[in-house]
Amino acid sequence: MAKVTIDGIVVEVENGTTVLKAAEKAGVKIPRLCYHPDQDVKGNCRICVVEIEGQRLLQPACAYPVSDGMVVHTNTARARKARYNILELILAHHPADCLHCIRNHNCELQQIVEDMSFTREIRYPYHERGTGLDYSSPSITRDPAKCIVCDRCSWACTHFQSCNVLTKTNRGFETYLTTEYDRPMAETACTTCGQCIQACPVAALTIHDDTTDAWKAINDKNLTVVAQVAPAVRVNIAEALGEDPGTISTGRLVTAMKMMGIDYVFDTDFTADLTIMEEGTEFLHRLTNGGCLPLITSCSPGWVKFCETWYPDQLAHLSTAKSPQGMFGAVIKEYFAKKIGKRPQEVFSLSVMPCTAKKYEAKRPELGRDGYQDVDCVVTVQELAQMIRSANIDFSKLPDTMFDAPFGLGSGAGVIFGASGGVMEAALRTVHEIVTGKVLEDIDFKQVRGLRDTREATITIGDLDVKVCITSGLANARMIMDLVRAGKADYQFIEIMACPGGCIGGGGNPYRDWTKVEKRNAATYIIDAEQCPIRQSHKNPAIQEFYKDLGVKPGEEIAHKLFHTNYADRGNLPK
Amino acid sequence: MEEYKFLTYNVGKLNPVSATEYATVGGYAGLKIALANPSAVIQTIKDSGLRGRGGAGFPTGMKWTFVRNTEADQKYIVCNADEGEPGTNKDRILMAEVPNLLFEGMAIAGVAVGATKGYIYLRAEYPYVKEILLKALDDARIRHFLGKNVMGSDFDFDIEIRSGAGAYVCGEETALLESIEGKRGEPRYKPPFPGVQGLWGKPTVINNVETLCNIPMILCMGADFFKALGTPQTTGTKLFTLCGNIKNPGVYEFQTGITMRELFEDVGGGCPNGKKLKAIQCGGASGPIVGTDKLDTKMSIEDCNAAGANFGAGDLMFIDEDQGIVDLCENLMEFFEEESCGKCTPCREGNFRLLELVRKFKDGTGTETDLDTIEDLASTMMDASLCGLGQASPIPLVSAIKYFRNEFLEGGNY
Amino acid sequence: MANDYSYCCTKASDPLVLAKIAAIAAPYRGREDMLIEVLREAQPIAGNAVPEEVAAVVSEAMDIPRPKIYGVATFYAMFSKEERGEHIIRMCHSAPCHVRGAKVLLDAFEKELGIPCGHTTLDGRFTLETCECLGVCDRAPAVMIDDEVYGPLTPADVKGVLAKYR
Repeated sequence: MAKVTIDGIVVEVENGTTVLKAAEKAGVKIPRLCYHPDQDVKGNCRICVVEIEGQRLLQPACAYPVSDGMVVHTNTARARKARYNILELILAHHPADCLHCIRNHNCELQQIVEDMSFTREIRYPYHERGTGLDYSSPSITRDPAKCIVCDRCSWACTHFQSCNVLTKTNRGFETYLTTEYDRPMAETACTTCGQCIQACPVAALTIHDDTTDAWKAINDKNLTVVAQVAPAVRVNIAEALGEDPGTISTGRLVTAMKMMGIDYVFDTDFTADLTIMEEGTEFLHRLTNGGCLPLITSCSPGWVKFCETWYPDQLAHLSTAKSPQGMFGAVIKEYFAKKIGKRPQEVFSLSVMPCTAKKYEAKRPELGRDGYQDVDCVVTVQELAQMIRSANIDFSKLPDTMFDAPFGLGSGAGVIFGASGGVMEAALRTVHEIVTGKVLEDIDFKQVRGLRDTREATITIGDLDVKVCITSGLANARMIMDLVRAGKADYQFIEIMACPGGCIGGGGNPYRDWTKVEKRNAATYIIDAEQCPIRQSHKNPAIQEFYKDLGVKPGEEIAHKLFHTNYADRGNLPK
Repeated sequence: MEEYKFLTYNVGKLNPVSATEYATVGGYAGLKIALANPSAVIQTIKDSGLRGRGGAGFPTGMKWTFVRNTEADQKYIVCNADEGEPGTNKDRILMAEVPNLLFEGMAIAGVAVGATKGYIYLRAEYPYVKEILLKALDDARIRHFLGKNVMGSDFDFDIEIRSGAGAYVCGEETALLESIEGKRGEPRYKPPFPGVQGLWGKPTVINNVETLCNIPMILCMGADFFKALGTPQTTGTKLFTLCGNIKNPGVYEFQTGITMRELFEDVGGGCPNGKKLKAIQCGGASGPIVGTDKLDTKMSIEDCNAAGANFGAGDLMFIDEDQGIVDLCENLMEFFEEESCGKCTPCREGNFRLLELVRKFKDGTGTETDLDTIEDLASTMMDASLCGLGQASPIPLVSAIKYFRNEFLEGGNY
Repeated sequence: MANDYSYCCTKASDPLVLAKIAAIAAPYRGREDMLIEVLREAQPIAGNAVPEEVAAVVSEAMDIPRPKIYGVATFYAMFSKEERGEHIIRMCHSAPCHVRGAKVLLDAFEKELGIPCGHTTLDGRFTLETCECLGVCDRAPAVMIDDEVYGPLTPADVKGVLAKYR
């Protein structure tokens, strides 16, 4: 242990703790920009420099390790001067268009300016950084002019996701983060997962804005707007509107969407249950008929694009079941539209997701026909929050409203889709009972839960020992797929989610660190355990009704046509 | 004035690529001594007082101790042959003329710390040196001075050459390591230091060419012999590079403690064309620009520091009366703006802004307030930059303003 | 590096050139540390540049992501994104050469070649660039043309130096 004095406060911390972390314990919050608690230390922005007795120069608090007896001063005239001058340098190379910027009031650079009360004149003329806006991707918008060269985005893309799409280019004043040869994002191997957006402290990388299209449809008298809301949204949206992470606000969410003018608000949990029915059936079919195993989930579009790009030879492993969003799109356009006497083109299928890759998924040619897509527009949690605010809604004061029938009822198994391990557990809750014919006493499969890393478990289902594997984050996915490709993946069923932690860690959510994701995770399982009378997909009466109305069993005929899809070989994308 | 040829004794006398010829004049005797008593090597180097010759002046023995004391399955000896500091040519001479001196120094370092692999990081601008080094390495291997079972011992040591590709910042030790690892040459924050976590995370000795070339002679002639040369805190000799407005530019070896005046007048021959000396930049592009009042400063680390000059890698650039100081500062800031790696804010942004401000003075539009801004920004860069490049790049400008403030304020093509 | 005077050169799209580069890179598959060495060897046969096509081939052969190669190629001064001339003339811009008349020497080169610094002659023969210290300060002002050092030079020497390459 080391005793360290920071601004006069003595704290005791483990040896090797950084000054930044030790300071937090002392009640000293040193400003930082390139530091992110979930990433490796970078030490490049230099905003966190402090005076350490015995050191000739100022040292970066984020990187410098404490030692016993160290005395640190974070706020001397010398440290302040450096901090203000560094901030000034950053601001001189950053557009001063905060009032027009999507991250106004939600920006780490602004926060530092505010915390430091930086109001003095900037002594240097503004220069624009990089080569200009990139709107090519349906999910991610790039604005190199706003880059502060913190390197958090390329770290996320390289280390969390192993996609390596972003790099620093040039050196010195001309340095910025970009794609190879400034290729438009849409032409790269980017999986559209949006982890780079989550990493960016400013608006250099942002969510592609689809709220204009959404509002246009909502205000169009000739369109019936039918919305679906993903499981993860209900534990994220309140946070996006200023409440604590992990606040559950399902009822208020539906109320807000109705107030905005959306005609029908359905619950994607319903089609999450549907996915379990279809995928569970598919799994059993492959298991008993020597089909391609391991079966790998396909509801994460970032993961699907990753598989198509890097492992196109392994696509047979992917479940042919569409994602819950994809299924719901088909339900809305091909089933529900008829029910309310509209043509598919008169129904606007809007989806609210924690995910930026869903915007890419919605545009896939397989998920549409006859000149229309099953999902017309995807807005993420961040965008929905913007829409709610701009609709003059005070979210904190809203009453609860139920989702609309007939697609407003989802089981607890559907809700947990939002967390890593959720799809696997949901599948097991159903598959187990179908195979054994017996009611499960304990439907909690805690061994597949967990936020980080890869988990594996063996579940005994009747006579079978089913080996399963769950992972999230594409770097982990790559490790699993290397095993699959080598024939060494000793599992029957694998759940892969592109985003670390699952959808609750998705690119479209409020900016976060692991502590927030953990809270969202906990909230997800609380909804499942305490707020869902039905916790297994096959027991969802709405699901039972639906199949009855369709007149088929899962996987058959019309169910297959509407709820299954195919994939494309994208091995040629530049990597 | 007679040079004191300690390292450069055999320059021009030997076939550079022949290890045999080198051995004939006493080469590899130091390595033999080291192999006979590996655990005594570091103490000898410590006793000699040898300090790094690349510009930082860090005590070599101490540096090697960190590496020796860190447990690892692999350690490395890296020779910094990037020599990017404007005004420095000494390493080029040593490598082109007596490469075996370098190989021997690296091998002895390997013996001392337990490293079996060495890398010479050679700047791309010395392709003709690379040819010589490759041939010399081949010959040294054939004669068993490198490779497996060096000189018949249990010790293996081999050296590989790695190229730079045009980046002054790769002369910074951690940026150099990044470059060998095949990445952008961006320095790492320290701690951890390369001695503990260096090349590919392993304990690494990084030394300048000249530093390593001193090692064999120290082992052969003994620490006491070396310690008796030069000044008390900068023992030994130094290869001084004289350049700029000087009659006899070149590399000259003397014991440390020789004065700047002696180097300027007796060795350099003064300014060409009868011009008067106006200023001297000491220790490279990031060294202070001082006036002629400093000419009697002794060339040692301690004396230079006391006088507000900089010993650096022992290079002196002489500036005559025709050279405008503002124009020179513009050139220096252009250099740093070009060479900044771009990783940390103060250096990436600051060098560009300092250049912008210097250009105002060149245009004649610079003001007193601009001078204040320069000093303010300079102090932050010197205090908060991640590596020596940003920490030192404002120094020439700040010192030039101190000595030649009138030239800045009078503007024009000074 | 802007190249308004660019001539039409398609070395990097020539499959034979790319095959040669693949062969240079192939022995170093998985050896990220050899990237700079490979690029230095590949660049001269691809029009003295590392454009997208070259990065693609090296990426494939060495199993290194393309963006990584781009980041390295745009960091070091010796690599160029755009194709350059057959002979690269690099004029030292650093202080020791500057105080000995590098500026007038550069002017002389520009005049003799008929191009501004940073550009390539129309016939594709020469690219004129500045670089930083070449380490030959005793021969200031100095120039490197490919791997050869020339210096000290005066404007009068320029034509003679270039004649060797014309």
